[in-house]
Amino acid sequence: MAEFLQFAFSGLTVGAVYALVALGFTLIYNASDVINFAQGEFVMLGGMATVFLSLAGVPVPLAALIAVAATTVVGLALYKLAIDPARGASAVTLIIITIGASIFLRGVASIVFDKRFHSLPHWFGDRPLTVAGASVLPQSLVVLAGALVIVVLLWAFFERTLFGKAVLATAANRVAAKLSGIDTGFVVGFSFAVSAAIGAVAGVLVTPITLTSFDVGTLLALKGFAAAMLGGMGHPVGAVVGGLVVGLLEAFGAGYISSQYKDAMAFIVILAVLFAMPNGLFGRTRIERV
Amino acid sequence: MSVVLEADGLGISFGGVKAVDGVSFRAEAGRILAIIGPNGAGKTTLFNMVSGVYLPKAGAVRLGGEDVTGMEPQVLAARGLSRSFQNLQIFFRMTAAENVMVGRHRHEARGVLAHLLSLPSVARQNRATRAKALELLDVVGLRAQADIPAGSLPYGALKRLEIARALATEPKVLLLDEPAAGCNPVETEELDRVIQQIAQSGVAVVLVEHDMKLVMKISSRILVLDHGRPLTEGTPAEVRAHPDVIRAYLGGHGAREAAGV
Amino acid sequence: MTSHSPDIAAPPAAGLLARLASGKLAVLLVLALLVAVPPLFFPSGFYYRVGAIVWILAIATIGLNLLMGFAGQVSLGHAGFLGIGAYAVALLPSRYGIHGIAAMVIGAALSAFIAWVAGRPILRLRGHYLAVATLGFGILIAMVLTNEQWLTGGPDGMRVPRLVLFDWPVRGSDTWYWIGGGAMLIAAWLALNLVDSPTGRALRAIHDSEVAARVIGVDVARYKLAAFVISAVYASVAGSLLAFFDGHITPDAAGFLRSVELVTMVVIGGMGSVVGSVIGTLVIVVLPQTLTFLSDYKHIMVGAFIMLFMIFLRAGIVPSLAALVRRRG
Repeated sequence: MAEFLQFAFSGLTVGAVYALVALGFTLIYNASDVINFAQGEFVMLGGMATVFLSLAGVPVPLAALIAVAATTVVGLALYKLAIDPARGASAVTLIIITIGASIFLRGVASIVFDKRFHSLPHWFGDRPLTVAGASVLPQSLVVLAGALVIVVLLWAFFERTLFGKAVLATAANRVAAKLSGIDTGFVVGFSFAVSAAIGAVAGVLVTPITLTSFDVGTLLALKGFAAAMLGGMGHPVGAVVGGLVVGLLEAFGAGYISSQYKDAMAFIVILAVLFAMPNGLFGRTRIERV
Repeated sequence: MSVVLEADGLGISFGGVKAVDGVSFRAEAGRILAIIGPNGAGKTTLFNMVSGVYLPKAGAVRLGGEDVTGMEPQVLAARGLSRSFQNLQIFFRMTAAENVMVGRHRHEARGVLAHLLSLPSVARQNRATRAKALELLDVVGLRAQADIPAGSLPYGALKRLEIARALATEPKVLLLDEPAAGCNPVETEELDRVIQQIAQSGVAVVLVEHDMKLVMKISSRILVLDHGRPLTEGTPAEVRAHPDVIRAYLGGHGAREAAGV
Repeated sequence: MTSHSPDIAAPPAAGLLARLASGKLAVLLVLALLVAVPPLFFPSGFYYRVGAIVWILAIATIGLNLLMGFAGQVSLGHAGFLGIGAYAVALLPSRYGIHGIAAMVIGAALSAFIAWVAGRPILRLRGHYLAVATLGFGILIAMVLTNEQWLTGGPDGMRVPRLVLFDWPVRGSDTWYWIGGGAMLIAAWLALNLVDSPTGRALRAIHDSEVAARVIGVDVARYKLAAFVISAVYASVAGSLLAFFDGHITPDAAGFLRSVELVTMVVIGGMGSVVGSVIGTLVIVVLPQTLTFLSDYKHIMVGAFIMLFMIFLRAGIVPSLAALVRRRG
């Protein structure tokens, strides 16, 4: 039982990060139909920038703030410089652009920062708490709480603000949104900025536990994408659930089956789910109109 | 007359709403059956069930006397049922001739290895397929446009191209979904001739169409749908005189138009 | 989409002329010149080396283009088949004494079989779901190659025994340049053959409208699967040749980045264009080579080039040029 709980805790912790990456995928996808494979780089940038700012003597909380802000700017720049000019391109072309962006950002990070692994101090120390025989790092709770806060904030934004409604309207029907006077270009840019910020926050939160380096983005993006798909692309709730499920599967798979194939778990499950449910867990069957 | 296609009590619902409910019809070889009704009456949905694109929730489809309910479109095509689409489904990146050549698919040898190696038999077959395609383009009046990319043909021509493509499969039953929509009067007249010619060759034609003049002129029977349910069925004269039809569907303008034929 | 429909109804006398001018022969001639002419100007053996890689990888790109450009199905995991082909010629000769060529054929057969089995459920998916499924599939193959150390040597990879043909050990970049070029021409010829056959027409039809293809009797699932299997064999053969040439392989050959590279080559060259596949491969292989002097900046440059090409030449190099020529002419 203690072992089970142990796996569950570590699964939920990484799962929360995947959930945030998946949420980023979902926000951008809903606003623009773009699958942004540079999503993982936002997590990397958030972590790495905080590390290097704090190495330069900036206090960690301030460094984290600057890192998130800088990543947000990178997200906006990605939209303005690479996605917006390619408006109307096919889905595959747009995917390749974002993969190009991800390779580019990784290259920049390897030069601006370095190619080594880095960590950050734990917020509340690294003495594990003991819960029913399982030990939990306080930082894990920080990650979970942080993810929860982001989800709640997003929910409030969409449900309670006029601009949030505009984003939802754009997601539902871009043409109709445009016709009712919504600046859809702004909405898409905003989605990139928010997704980047969410990714950066995830990077800041999780770096003390998982460490970071210039090339952690790829695998995070792949797993976040898998999680978003598992939840049914375009469903924010599905993305969060998908992220947690992928995290748990990885932890239990590594614990009970094979740690070597930890990274494979997500994809094995994705393939199994897609074969059984071709539209994801929360996706609806689409009716072909002819 | 021999019944080729028979729909028996077909029904389907989307999200709890019955789109089509208890619709039956029989299509006979060499005859034209028209299905009319206001927008949203379920005509296209009915076609989608009959041609295997949708799986009906209730009822049965019989083709040549055999139950084919729920069979895939390509299986139905092999059994002699083909169709055109209300919203154009053209192979836009291929030429007009190539579009029709795809229609010959089920009559061609399909060994992928032979195609890869471009055996002499493949070239021979290509020639035969192309000749047949050109013949059919001639039937619909598009012979001169054979080698033009379909994407650059006008709308009315594409409607006829779809018919030629469907004919290339050598169907026993042909479902035509609003072939005259968006066509000018000259093109409609051309269609009128083409459809009658197809029927005369022994094909059972089922026609969904809004152009009442065309429908009244060429159909031997008409089925009227309203809100997914059959309203009435009969000859053009019977349908034209039916009070429910005039009230529910044709309305003032339509009734005058129909009566004027 | 390149159109290469010779007028097959033309009378026999004009037939020869029409055939000469028709796409297939012209395309093959262009490709043959592309292989044969540059060596006249090669200042060093290094160029043969890069050239050999280009022609061999172009085989995989042409195959993937059959799937993407003709059938309209994306695969983000095709490097997996490259890996299968590569490890087949590394493992079978060294462990079981199987001849290199036979090993290559077995690898291709295995790739075809895996594609045939995995392709059925995968190809039912559409759009982004298809993308994630093929991606996961490719990653799984790469992971098996990385983790099954007892068999594959793990992340460090393994040595590939030299290919020996009739007691003649095949060595040297220039030799492989010509072998690669020849193999690429054969691959291009087969692909071009397919385009104007019932199979090619069915695939192109599926790309434009699946439902229309189905109602006129095209078994869409069968042809998607056929394209997937053929493209897997192409990738596998390319992987085998690359492994023979390199003499050493690592699981990176099957990795996600390789898969992305292949997709990028197809799109940059031009979807549905065989010449485009070769040009796309050339660009993606040669560009980083010219940038070795700034090795630290290599990734930045590659990333930037990919973005620039996709934004400004999104139809692909060859179709964009063709459109330009048509406008001028």
